[in-house]
Amino acid sequence: MSANAAAEAARPYNYAYLDEQTKRMIRRAILKAIAIPGYQVPFASREMPMPYGWGTGGVQVTASIIGPSDVLKVIDQGSDDTTNAVSIRKFFEKTAGVAVTTATTAASIIQTRHRIPETPLGAGQVLVYQVPIPEPLRFLEPRETETRKMHALAEYGLMHVKLYEDIAKHGRIAKTYDYPVMVGGRYLMDPSPTPKFDNPKMHRSPALQLFGAGREKRIYAVPPHTDVVSLDFDDHPFEVNKFDKPCALCGATDVYLDEVILDDRGGRMFVCSDTDNCETRRADGHRGELLGNEEPRA
Amino acid sequence: MYVAVKGGEKAIDNAHRLLGHDRRGDPEIAEISTEQIAGQLKLAVARVMAEGSLYDPQVASLAIKQARGDLIEAIFLARAYRTTLPRFGYSLPVETSRMVVERRISATYKDLPGGQILGPTFDYTHRLIDFGLAGETLPERPAENPAGLEPAPHVTGLLNDEGLIERNAARSDDPPRDLTREPLAFPAGRDLRLQNLARGDEGFLLGLAYSSQRGFGGSHPFVGEIRIGEVQVEFFAEELGFAVTLGRVQLTECEMVNQFKGSATEPPQFTRGYGLVFGQSERKSMSMALVDRALRAEDLGQDVTAPAQDQEFVLSHSDNVQATGFVEHLKLPHYVDFQAELGLVRRMRAVAAAARADEPEEAIPAEADDMTEDREAAE
Repeated sequence: MSANAAAEAARPYNYAYLDEQTKRMIRRAILKAIAIPGYQVPFASREMPMPYGWGTGGVQVTASIIGPSDVLKVIDQGSDDTTNAVSIRKFFEKTAGVAVTTATTAASIIQTRHRIPETPLGAGQVLVYQVPIPEPLRFLEPRETETRKMHALAEYGLMHVKLYEDIAKHGRIAKTYDYPVMVGGRYLMDPSPTPKFDNPKMHRSPALQLFGAGREKRIYAVPPHTDVVSLDFDDHPFEVNKFDKPCALCGATDVYLDEVILDDRGGRMFVCSDTDNCETRRADGHRGELLGNEEPRA
Repeated sequence: MYVAVKGGEKAIDNAHRLLGHDRRGDPEIAEISTEQIAGQLKLAVARVMAEGSLYDPQVASLAIKQARGDLIEAIFLARAYRTTLPRFGYSLPVETSRMVVERRISATYKDLPGGQILGPTFDYTHRLIDFGLAGETLPERPAENPAGLEPAPHVTGLLNDEGLIERNAARSDDPPRDLTREPLAFPAGRDLRLQNLARGDEGFLLGLAYSSQRGFGGSHPFVGEIRIGEVQVEFFAEELGFAVTLGRVQLTECEMVNQFKGSATEPPQFTRGYGLVFGQSERKSMSMALVDRALRAEDLGQDVTAPAQDQEFVLSHSDNVQATGFVEHLKLPHYVDFQAELGLVRRMRAVAAAARADEPEEAIPAEADDMTEDREAAE
C-alpha cells in the first residue's frame, strides 16, 4: 500500500469530502448545465462543512470535478490571500490532497468569489464561481414559480424595464456588479456578484465556466466559446468600469482596482484587486507610483 | 506604508487556536462531558437532533460542546456530518399509536382512553429561579404508576369515528419524496412540506405559528393531542423478507384540530395540522402543526393571504443552517462590489453637483467624464 493509499484509508471522509453518489448527482447536473448554457439546473445540494453563503455551491462543484492531477487556485475578491479563499484552498488540500497554486496560468481549476482573473483563461481551464443568488430576476420577482416561467418563455421584459427605469432615474444603468447577461442568445443569467468590469471576459472564453449556488440548489454553466452578452440599449451601450489611476504597485491600467484608505486625511491609493496579476507584473519589472514608476526594459 | 488587509493563513490558525482555548474556558474547572450534556441538557440535545435531522444523542452532545452551546452552530455541525453518512434505505413509517408514552395530553377532552399523563413538563412550574440548583442536587425519586399504562389511541381517531374530522389521505404506494436528496420545487406536496418543517428552525416556525393565531392567516386550532415517548424504528430487509427493529427514538407528536366550514359538496368537518419532531419539543411540534395547517390553505380551497400560508415564503426560509449562513456571509469581504458601488455613487453625486452648479442651463444627464478630481473608480 502506497503512502497515498494509506492516507486515503485513514480518512474519515471520502476523497474531496463528498461521497461518490453525491458527486455523480452533481456531475449529472453539471453536464445538463453545459448542455443548456445559462439554464439553472436544480440539484440536491448538500450541507457542507462551511456555511451557506460562504461558497458551498462552488465547493460542491469543485469537489465533484477535482482529481489528484488537478492544480487548484482559489480567489476571493481577486485575491488568493483573503480568509475565505485560504479556508477553501486548505479544505481541498486536506480532503483531496490536491496541488494548489496562486498562479492563474498554472491552475486547472480556479474557484472564485466576486472576480474573474485578469490573465485570460485558456482551453482546459475551469472557472468555478460561488453564487449567492443565481436568479437574475429574483429582486424583480421574489417567487421562484414565476421566474422559472419567465425563463421558460424567455420573457425578460421585466429586466429591460428595470434597466430603462435606471436610465430614467439616474441617467445611466445603475448596476455595477451582478450585471445581467444573455447566454447563447437564450437564457438571462446572473454572472454572480462580479463587477461588470469582468463581464466581457465571460464572452467566448475558451475556459469552461461553472456556477454553483449551494443554498439555492442551482448549478449553471457557460461552455467554452459561448456568447455572453451584457444587456444594454442602443443609445446606452454597455460600458465597463474605468479607473482614473493605474495600480499604485504595478502600474497596470486595464485592470480592476481596490481602493485602499491610507490615513484619516483622505489619502487613498488604488491597487490591483487581482493579486496574482499584480505580483506577476511586478516580477516582470513593472513599477507603479508607489514603487517609483518604471516600465521593464524591452 | 501600504499594508494589505489580507487574512493570511497564520491569522486563521491563530484564531482557531484561540477558539479552542475559549471553548475550554478556565482549565481549573472540570471539563464538561458529552454524557453530562446528553443527560442534563436533554432538550438542547433534542433540538440539535431535530433540526440537525440526525437522531444521535452522542453526536448532538459533542456538537453542542464543540459549538460552545450555540445550538444553531451545533445543528450545522450535525448536518454536515449527517450528509456524508451512507444511506442504506428508508425505515418503515413509525407507529406513534404504539408509542411508549411519557407524556400525553389533550386539550379537547377532559378525560379520554389512555388518560392525561403530564410527564416531565415545565407547564405548571412557577418560573422562579431555583437558587438551590446552584449547588449539587439529589432530586426525589419520581412516583410510579403501579398499574402501568393503558393503550392510548389517537384523539383524532376518536373524532374520525364520528366523521367529524377530515380523514388523512390513504397511505400511498409512492415512496415519500426526500428533500435531502432532491431540490425542493414548488408547489411542494405535504410530504415535502412536513419534512421541511420538521427540520425547520424552531424560532421561525414559532413566529409563523404565532402570526397565524393573531389573524395573519386566521386559524382556530385546538390541541387534539400532544404525545411524547419512544417508538420503535423498523426497517424492511429485502434479504430477510421481514422487518427488523433498528432501535428506538423519542418523538414528540402534535395533532391540531382546526375549524373548517363545509362547502357545497362537503359537510362541515374539522381539519388537521400535524407536527412530529425528534426528542421532547412541544413548542416546535405545536408550531409545526399550526404552520402545516396554514400551508394547507390552498389545498383546502382557502385564500392564501398571510405569510404562514405561503409555501414559497415558509419553505424557502425555514432552514436555519441556510439562513444563518447567508446572513452571516455578509461578514465576508465585499470590497470588489463595494468599490463598484462607490464609483457609481461618486459619479452620480458629481453629475448632480454639476447640474446644480449650472442650474439655468440644460438639465441633467450630461456625461460626467470631466471629474478627474473625484477619484471615482467604478463605472
